[in-house]
Amino acid sequence: MAERTLTLSIGPQHPGAGHFRLIVVLDGDIVVDVKPDPGYVHRGAEKMAEYRTYIQNIPHLERPVIIDSSGILFPYVLASEELLDLPPPPRAQYIRIIMAELNRIISHLYWLGIYGVFVGHTTMFLWPVGDRELFIDLAQMIAGARVTFAFFVPGGVRNDIPDDFPDKAIKVCNYYEKRLKEYEKIFFYNPLVLKRTQGVGILKREDAIELGATGPNLRGSGVKSDVRKDEPYSSYDDIDFEIPVYKDGDCWSRCMVRLGELYQSMNIIKQAIKKMPSGPVKNAKRGVLKGIEGEAFARTESARGTMAYYIISDGKPYPYRLKLSVPSFRCLSLMKHLLVNQHVADIPAIYWGLDYWPVEADK
Amino acid sequence: MSLTTERERALLDKIKAKFEDVIKEKYVKPKRIRIDVSPQKIFEVASFLKALGFNQVASVAGTDYPSSNEMEVVYHIVAIDNELRDIVFALGERVSRDNPIVPSLTDVWKSASYHEQETYEMLGIKFEGHPRLERLLLPEDWADIPPLRKEFKLPGRE
Repeated sequence: MAERTLTLSIGPQHPGAGHFRLIVVLDGDIVVDVKPDPGYVHRGAEKMAEYRTYIQNIPHLERPVIIDSSGILFPYVLASEELLDLPPPPRAQYIRIIMAELNRIISHLYWLGIYGVFVGHTTMFLWPVGDRELFIDLAQMIAGARVTFAFFVPGGVRNDIPDDFPDKAIKVCNYYEKRLKEYEKIFFYNPLVLKRTQGVGILKREDAIELGATGPNLRGSGVKSDVRKDEPYSSYDDIDFEIPVYKDGDCWSRCMVRLGELYQSMNIIKQAIKKMPSGPVKNAKRGVLKGIEGEAFARTESARGTMAYYIISDGKPYPYRLKLSVPSFRCLSLMKHLLVNQHVADIPAIYWGLDYWPVEADK
Repeated sequence: MSLTTERERALLDKIKAKFEDVIKEKYVKPKRIRIDVSPQKIFEVASFLKALGFNQVASVAGTDYPSSNEMEVVYHIVAIDNELRDIVFALGERVSRDNPIVPSLTDVWKSASYHEQETYEMLGIKFEGHPRLERLLLPEDWADIPPLRKEFKLPGRE
């Protein structure tokens, strides 16, 4: 058997999301074994956090997933607020929702662009990457930056939204909801895309839970699980939205979940703008922030799934230990399960269908 | 959001009824419970938690405490798609720094696998029975001590 097989390294050059290597063993064009090899962009974010104050930690903690930088900061501010005893005012909670959902759209559109290339559909690279600019512009109106916002702080958000933001945001959302219908026609229901994604890389419901899938990968396997609904944080319980769930567990289901989330995120943004109370956007304390002795665990739903922080404080201005638990890291255990016994030509569709972000997994 | 802890208390009582002498309650907060057990008993308690409905490991965190010459491992366990979905259960254990060996819980939760491997690499805690205790994130030729131990200092920072 051994002389029949061929070992192939996919990566570690940049395959669209960051440096990562998949070691696949092939028999003909069938994958017989897979070993994910992460770590090429490990930067020791957890160790760095032990040397920085709660405020200094904000910019470097969003680096692992700049594409969803609000998503990765959200649980950090929730956990540190518990330790610093610095709850955010109501208006800040709604601004956070808007920002997190904008980031979800920005992240999903990036994923969609690369996925288009991976399944050989170049139009679906150009459209999302172009339309993504609309949402980046909206985020820039609020936070000033285009990608890494460092906008959430313990106790609220850095600044209020500008006066012309609500009108602009609703206009963009209304436009893009119509635009997404065109995406559906040209990509999501395109016979060629259906051929490449339907029935490919099937993740059964039980396996998804057992192997630790979260986010769209879990919901693509028919599991209705979303932290925004399971344990509503930051006023998400005030907003009426659906969780898209698809039962088949194949690549197409995972795509359709993300498509549904694009619609839902715009729905959430529009509601949050309407329901937002007036008032301050930040509670602040003077001097260096010191955590109370104890520990806090916070989780939120980021674009890729459950993002969680576990922070231990010993009463100093720095966390004693900060554990960052990211959704991409949990994808590692799905890869072998999904890729073995598949054709080598299906690897791109399955791999990027998981929306695995190597930099996030490496931390 | 409710700020009462009745549900959490009832859940903990269920576990206490079975493991009275084994577990140590650390805290019960709204939607958060933490208990500590000894490494010898953690497998049994974990199996019972899984039977209760906590079916996925969200995080495994190792922490180094040189002051008491101990290391701590905390499993944060969540319930996917059942009535315990809003609760995060923390299951902690402490082990001596001199010989940090704890049983692996991958036989209970497969989702613990990569988290345990990372903890092994970053703190040097050995998970007995883990199928793959090898390098994951650090460079292949890493020859220093595990970096999340407290005596590993960042150059120029201390």
